[in-house]
Amino acid sequence: MRTETIDALTAYARANPDVMLLTADLGYSVLERFAEALPAQYANVGVCEQAMAGIAAGLALSGRRVVLYSIANFPTLRCLEQLRNDVCHHDLPVTVIAVGGGLAYGAQGYTHHGVEDLGIMAMLPNMAVACPADPLEAMALLPQLLERRRPAYLRLGRAGEPALHQAGAEIALGRAIWMRRGADIALLATGPILGRALRAADALAARGVSASVASFHTFSPLDAALVREAASSHRAVLTIEEHSVEGGFGSRVAEALLMAGQAPRFGKFGVTDALRGRIGSQSWLLDTLGSVEDHAQALL
Amino acid sequence: MTRIDTRELARRLRGHALRMTHRARASHIGSCLSMADILAVLYGAVLRIDRARPNWPDRDRLVVSKGHAAAIVYAALAETGFLPIRELDAYSADGGRLAGHVTKTAPGVELSTGSLGHGLPVAAGMALAAQRAGAAWRGFCILSDGELDEGSNWEAVQFAQHFRLSNLVAIVDYNKIQSFGSVAEVSDLHPLADKFRAFNWGVHELDGHDHSALQAALSGPPPLAGRPTVVVAHTIKGKGVSFMEGQLAWHYKNPDAAQLEAALAELEVGA
Ligand SMILES: [Mg+2]
Repeated sequence: MRTETIDALTAYARANPDVMLLTADLGYSVLERFAEALPAQYANVGVCEQAMAGIAAGLALSGRRVVLYSIANFPTLRCLEQLRNDVCHHDLPVTVIAVGGGLAYGAQGYTHHGVEDLGIMAMLPNMAVACPADPLEAMALLPQLLERRRPAYLRLGRAGEPALHQAGAEIALGRAIWMRRGADIALLATGPILGRALRAADALAARGVSASVASFHTFSPLDAALVREAASSHRAVLTIEEHSVEGGFGSRVAEALLMAGQAPRFGKFGVTDALRGRIGSQSWLLDTLGSVEDHAQALL
Repeated sequence: MTRIDTRELARRLRGHALRMTHRARASHIGSCLSMADILAVLYGAVLRIDRARPNWPDRDRLVVSKGHAAAIVYAALAETGFLPIRELDAYSADGGRLAGHVTKTAPGVELSTGSLGHGLPVAAGMALAAQRAGAAWRGFCILSDGELDEGSNWEAVQFAQHFRLSNLVAIVDYNKIQSFGSVAEVSDLHPLADKFRAFNWGVHELDGHDHSALQAALSGPPPLAGRPTVVVAHTIKGKGVSFMEGQLAWHYKNPDAAQLEAALAELEVGA
């Protein structure tokens, strides 16, 4: 989805010359198309994420909209205070794009596992946080984040994520989407792990369990209305995320349920401490967490 | 533009800062006094700004990265007409606009600061915006010596020279004292000017209380064509008040009534 996203960004920036793209020297074979098409709107600042976030703030204070590009934790945790003070506190139009979110760079080791980013970014003031599941969600959300002209975080996977939506699906920032409707349990997913949730629904159907699946492409602000609807129309709710279950999507959904006075059977599928230090591909690491369908069935 | 006596302005800024830190029982008077002359020359004779149009797109930008020296920054903004002089009485006050660290709630402040090492990257971003727009305005940044321990500054120093940001001017208030003692004791910066030279910056090294030298350096062309400029301004912490000069304690203490009176008498600004 990274290539589709950069194509969407290039098209948007071509029509909006106030948009600039900065990278901290990452994005080889991905960013060239933007750099060649719009050199005056592009800068590789070198391997310096803290300076990059500050430079972005300076550009934004001078009338530009700025997109930052890097991988996993580098444009988020490495420059967290610059994002907090210089970008978010000043409510500036800076959008951080991180590729390799979650366990996409699984075998590269723990330094490259971006599994706290969503919760931490969502805690920053004025920040919208998007975690698209497929290229269609990513391409639809990017211009909406830019139009907002405020701080934003867009977490992407890598390359080759399959399309999960039909072309032309309506994808609106802040509004979760029912992918399929069932009766027994609601599977609420954020990010490309939505594909696992959809396969789990098939597996559950074979076991006689009717599951609904929803895509929460917007992590913050959370679509609390859809969370309430899920809880009121199903016996159980399972959240599914490629992110720490401590302070992540499941925690936010649980909070929304408690605030609404709803108490369905509830579970969280996501990254736990058991996974830290393990080496393996994204799919192997996720497999070690067990199957989504088994987690779902355990709630019923 | 009427010609401003920057030495008289500096004297007034010192007086305001002393009264403000006394009234608010606030720290950092020593840090304020060491940069009084730098601020007076910038606001009085260098910066192209317009108090009637604080968001004028072609204005020069000043980022004060040593955000703890807030009192004297607000004093400079008040003397320049961005806010009423009497509002300085509300420094650090409940519900006011003048926070204890430089904060954008005060008109004329370009960036809220207070965490060290943030200002120079932002000023570099501003300078990049002007360069890409082909605009003539410049980005200025005042840094403390102690904050140069922060690595983010050196990221920006490297970036700014590579991008040929000749419209960027960093001013180091080199008062040789930081939080726990002298810079030489805590984390020696010597040879500071050579560090910048090695990064391909143009360097002015001067007495940070010499208005003529400051004005010449800050108004003139970059000493290294096509590259950013640093003004290594040798200063004295607490400058202008004999019993505060060079004293670490005045990074923290605030003047009591008698000390305020004595300090103002030395400055001849009156209570
Ligand atoms: Mg100092």
